[in-house]
Amino acid sequence: MSSDHDVPAGPVAPSTHETWEFRLYVAGQRPKSLKAVENLTRMCEEYLPGRYKIEVIDLLKDPRLAKEDEIVAIPTLVRKLPDPMRRVIGDLSNVEKALVRLELRLTKT
Amino acid sequence: MADNKTSERTGIAKAPTGIHGLDEITGGGLPQGRPTLICGSAGCGKTLLAMEFLVRGINEYGEPGVFFTFEETALELAQNVRSLGFDLEELEARGRIAIEHVRIDRDEFEETGEFDLEGLFIRLELAIDSIGAKRVVLDTIETLFGGLDNEAIVRSELRRLFRWLKDKGVTSVITAERGEWSLTRQGLEEYVSDCVILLDHRVNDQTSIRRLRIVKYRGSAHGTNEYPFLIDASGFSVLPLTSLGLDNQASNERISTGIDRLDVMLGGGPFRGTSVLLSGTAGTGKSSIAAHFAEASCRRGERCLYYSFEESQSQILRNMRSIGLDLAPWVEQKLLSFVSVRPTLYGLEMHLATMHKHICALEPQLVVVDPISNFVTAGSAREAHTMLLRLVDFLKTRQTTAVFVSLTSGGGAIEATEQNISSLIDTWILLRDIELGGERNRGLHVLKSRGTAHSNQVREFVLNANGVEFRDVYVGPEGVLTGSMRLAQEARERAVAEARQQKIASKRRELDQKRQALEAQISALRTGFEIAEDELELLIATKEAAGQQFLDDRSDMAHSRHADNEGAPPAGSGENT
Repeated sequence: MSSDHDVPAGPVAPSTHETWEFRLYVAGQRPKSLKAVENLTRMCEEYLPGRYKIEVIDLLKDPRLAKEDEIVAIPTLVRKLPDPMRRVIGDLSNVEKALVRLELRLTKT
Repeated sequence: MADNKTSERTGIAKAPTGIHGLDEITGGGLPQGRPTLICGSAGCGKTLLAMEFLVRGINEYGEPGVFFTFEETALELAQNVRSLGFDLEELEARGRIAIEHVRIDRDEFEETGEFDLEGLFIRLELAIDSIGAKRVVLDTIETLFGGLDNEAIVRSELRRLFRWLKDKGVTSVITAERGEWSLTRQGLEEYVSDCVILLDHRVNDQTSIRRLRIVKYRGSAHGTNEYPFLIDASGFSVLPLTSLGLDNQASNERISTGIDRLDVMLGGGPFRGTSVLLSGTAGTGKSSIAAHFAEASCRRGERCLYYSFEESQSQILRNMRSIGLDLAPWVEQKLLSFVSVRPTLYGLEMHLATMHKHICALEPQLVVVDPISNFVTAGSAREAHTMLLRLVDFLKTRQTTAVFVSLTSGGGAIEATEQNISSLIDTWILLRDIELGGERNRGLHVLKSRGTAHSNQVREFVLNANGVEFRDVYVGPEGVLTGSMRLAQEARERAVAEARQQKIASKRRELDQKRQALEAQISALRTGFEIAEDELELLIATKEAAGQQFLDDRSDMAHSRHADNEGAPPAGSGENT
């Protein structure tokens, strides 16, 4: 659907030296969730060493957030910073797709 | 109540929808604790049906409900149903309903690997538990297919969802768009197999017809027909008008038609709760007779509902006043209600539905439909027939007497045109023009009347300031004499009668004369006899006196002679003197 990875987005350049914030919604300690955490951490280490923050939210513990943050699929990853907010779903095993969608590749120069 | 009874019979617990008619055709409601699929094309009322199920569940059965909307926002939804009198905000504030909009934005569902829809489950569970919901609506869950690429996952998750809903014990309704070749676009009927309801909305000859059909209802008997339904200011209503059995109670009470002599022809009037058909060509006085029915009903203090598809209320009132029927007071007393609409205004189903509603609300004892023939213009003849069948059945089960007026076109057999509805009708009064001797007159006869030894005569009637008046019957060599021929016949009969009267009088006079003559003779004879009698009496007296004298004389003589009494003298001796 989205083809915006072809065009380098404007705000990307300054974002290279600020902290990226991720929020990962999971439901309990299920394999998909664990895998997502693992994949995300690996990506961040590679592309954003020292400049990322991952918050894992277990919806089973706080189900209210599912409604508030409009979560349907699990796992859902939300890039809160930098703007604009980006969302992907799945366990991030398709690294290529995740990188493109989260615009992580552009950070590596 | 009814719900419990049905569930005992069918062995399946049912959650009543409270929707007019739907509970009847489902035998008590939707399967309790199981999912029901409602499918149909866009704009056929799926969301509304689902919402009404929920709101009525809350208001009438005390079962809180959760509404998950995938297309509209909660605000839009609330606005849409406010016109039906559903105040979702108020229900939400009281914690009886939970409305949640599940936004499916394709842009936010970039898939990067394995996933499931646990988020949806968590939200559902939270919503259900937060208000103790017993009913759940998912409208329209198919949107998930549009938002997510991995169809296999969506399918397996939906399967899991429906199972989960069952395990949760909530009665759920899932709506889905109708597919081109299947009930739903995504084949959801495979997953929801307990109960599938199909809504249909089609347009025939520029009139829209909504229909509902229960495609499947596992473990329960249900009506299998297509039932018309309508959506109006009070919500959804389905019309299960074809009664499943002919078990309506027959009344022995006869009601007056308002025309005494017609009552006599019908053996006292039609039975209560039967259907009467008044058919005839234009201008034969159908509406006037129907108005008599209505008036008689009001006079008995019984409510009458008059459907007029040709004239307005004021027009009918005016016209009936001209034949001496003042219906206005009955209208004021609310015993008589008119509904005047053009039959083409809406489709037959809608007519039927609105009539159904009126009748339920007003509970009339008499319903007049004037004329039913116009329904054919609103639908095909077959549809009109079905509709009438449903209407007749419905009225019969309510013990409401029905008067149908039908206009038959000139030419052709009058009876033939109504063939298709004659079987539904209990009493059929045929009105016709009798053309004879260069004039047209109104005639009436009872074609049939079930359970009644009805008159077989063709009667002439006139419409005058006293209403419908029946005339005496004159049957001539060419049939019933009407109009001026009847008048001529009446005059002729009067003349004959007069002549007969005169003859009788003259005979009587002759008799009198004879008697007088006889009496004169008798008195003359008696006079003669009396004279003769007198003379004879006198003679006898004289003779007797003379005889006595002779004896006396003889006795004197003997005395003087000192003769001993020798007894009576010889008979002849006395004669000597």
